[in-house]
Amino acid sequence: MSRGEEEQIPLYIPDAPHRPGDSSSFEPWKWHPEDLKKPKFDCDANETYEHAVGLVRVLDDNGEALGEWNPNLTLEELKLGLEHMVRLRIFDDRMMKMQRTGKLSFYMQSFGEEGIAIAQTMALNNEDWIFPTYRQPGAQFVRGRDMVSMICHCIGNIEDNVKGRQMPVHYTYKKGRFISISSPVGTQFSQAVGVALASKYKNLNEVTITWIGDGASAEGDYHYGLNFASVFKAPIILNVVNNHWAISTHYNIASGSNNFATRGLAYGIPCFRVDGNDFLALYSVTKWARERAKMGFGATHIEILTYRAGAHSSSDDPSRYRPSNEHEYWPGGDPILRLKEHLIKNSQWTEKEQEELEEKIDEEVITAYKEAVKYGDLANGPYPSSDTIFTEVYESVPWHLQEQWDEMKKWSVE
Amino acid sequence: MVEMNMVQSVNSALDNMLDKDQDVLLFGEDIGYFGGVFRTSDGLQEKFGKHRVFDTPLSEGGIAATAFGMGINGLRPVVEIQFADYIFPAYDQIVNEIAKVRHRSGGEFWCPITIRTPAGGGIRGGHHHSQSPESQFTHTPGLKVVYCSTPYNSKGLLISSIESNDPVIFFEPKRCYRGPFYGDPHNVPTWKNHSEAEVPEEYYKIPLGQGRLALEGDNCTVIAWGTMVHVSERAIIESGISCDLIDLQTLLPWDKDIIIKSVRKTGRCVIVHEAPKTSGFGSELSASIQELCFYNLESPIQRVAGWDTPFPHTTEWDYMPSTSRIIGAIKKTQED
Repeated sequence: MSRGEEEQIPLYIPDAPHRPGDSSSFEPWKWHPEDLKKPKFDCDANETYEHAVGLVRVLDDNGEALGEWNPNLTLEELKLGLEHMVRLRIFDDRMMKMQRTGKLSFYMQSFGEEGIAIAQTMALNNEDWIFPTYRQPGAQFVRGRDMVSMICHCIGNIEDNVKGRQMPVHYTYKKGRFISISSPVGTQFSQAVGVALASKYKNLNEVTITWIGDGASAEGDYHYGLNFASVFKAPIILNVVNNHWAISTHYNIASGSNNFATRGLAYGIPCFRVDGNDFLALYSVTKWARERAKMGFGATHIEILTYRAGAHSSSDDPSRYRPSNEHEYWPGGDPILRLKEHLIKNSQWTEKEQEELEEKIDEEVITAYKEAVKYGDLANGPYPSSDTIFTEVYESVPWHLQEQWDEMKKWSVE
Repeated sequence: MVEMNMVQSVNSALDNMLDKDQDVLLFGEDIGYFGGVFRTSDGLQEKFGKHRVFDTPLSEGGIAATAFGMGINGLRPVVEIQFADYIFPAYDQIVNEIAKVRHRSGGEFWCPITIRTPAGGGIRGGHHHSQSPESQFTHTPGLKVVYCSTPYNSKGLLISSIESNDPVIFFEPKRCYRGPFYGDPHNVPTWKNHSEAEVPEEYYKIPLGQGRLALEGDNCTVIAWGTMVHVSERAIIESGISCDLIDLQTLLPWDKDIIIKSVRKTGRCVIVHEAPKTSGFGSELSASIQELCFYNLESPIQRVAGWDTPFPHTTEWDYMPSTSRIIGAIKKTQED
């Protein structure tokens, strides 16, 4: 039979469910905090099937903390978590404004995803290694990084510890065991397994945590990482942040399945899907995974279900490819509001205290910004010395770089 | 000193370093229990334990990424990519990550790792067991690129590579594992009685960045690395023309001094490599030599290289630089 004689099934090309002009909707969640039990730490991957197709939650729709995943954090811990999330949101707002006025070349915010790195880092020990993407800068607040130094990096001024070599938000903070961020998406996922195996080789009781986006999970590195973690029982927590969007690429185009969590089961790794805007659920699952890793049972794979409420970066305009208010429809809501409402509900917090907290942090960010620009801003400098082009390419400078360095000095405009 | 072939000398270097430094560990495809498809890690798992020498999944990208993570977390991994032709799944990890992490992190993290890989042709390996991709790495700031040629220099260079705090791509000419190759596939000797096969069993180093004068002469400078060192040596002898033969040993950073000194003396130069001619490392050397020695040159620099085609299977002797092609190039440099 030749073409045209019968109806052809066209090539299937997936698309996002909603585009600009459409009204957004998400299927209402059918999962409740008391649905899922905690598995044994030495469980087989298959015993977590329900956890992978379901959703680990602690906070219900009314802000109540329920079920056996409730980590029962102290009030101090809860307030600290809330404070760090607020800190990150206000910090991001300020940096985005600075980018718009030309004070930074570029910026990437964590809007809507503030809970992830903050809750998860709080669930770890300080000796644990953090191998982030650009959407987990909040971990640095938990590890005590000075905000001034973070801003200096974003500006690329003379106090930038990356020495003006990388774009903003590509932090490195070895003191806090926060490993240098790289632009190629996904590379950290497989590298993190090596970090974890090195800790194990040295008989150190350290765990490594890493993240990858739903979009980047299509890269080979995601699968290399899962496979090596599985084969060598690496003490690692492997997270896929499914925030629905990789720039304009909906997760429908990253994967033919609408579930990322279950992928780990085929690698023999226990898997969970967790409400990514539920601070308590994130904390609790991470704590479980850390315990499992520490006991020598190996990796845990977690899909963090959330929504990228902000633009991919300051160079991105999401209204070109998705309904502008789509995040308002996300069943997971806003991670800050949810923890705040939980605390208020339990009479542990008030709107007034929230306002005071926001004012305090606003002040903190403005003060830090003013301090940071003393070391130079993007418009006026001073910038790191151009010598930093040639240093730290190698441990010491080889002859061919020295010659080129000397050449540059001859032509540099002072 | 004992007589070793290049499989044994590489094995001896790995043995010395596993013994000397607890942070050194070896992994790659088939390198553990089996000891490697070329036998270079034979016996090392048994001697040092599975946690020091182990097999990995068939995943070059995963091997490089794991090495990266171990390297930044204080270890000194030595990994094997079974054939240089199969290094490309690891290319992103090597070029964007391993090579750049020291710089990108402001010096907070670095990767003291060595990636060993058998390279080059002459074993009837066809397209994908024969290539010599050194110039795909010499174009990457942050890497060091080493290409050994004999039992003696393979051991000394490998130990220096492992001890380097910069990442090193270490090419081993697989044609020469069991004997030097002089361009005649019908008459392949072993390393027996070769002066470069006298190798100390103990630890020793040959510094990176230094070439080796394999032959000394007056009328032409021949520069080569890997298997082509031996083919060039035979060509020089057969040509009857007195030549310096420089075994470059390290390609990045390369030994400028040894080349300048020689070309200023001879005024003529031939560069020989197996890799395709266009954008091969010979192009870099040729450009640099004319910048550095233009007024000493008596004739155009000649390049003898692989053709700009995929590496063939049954016709590989017409692909690889032969003694006759090298003799032709040397003679051409002698014309006025």
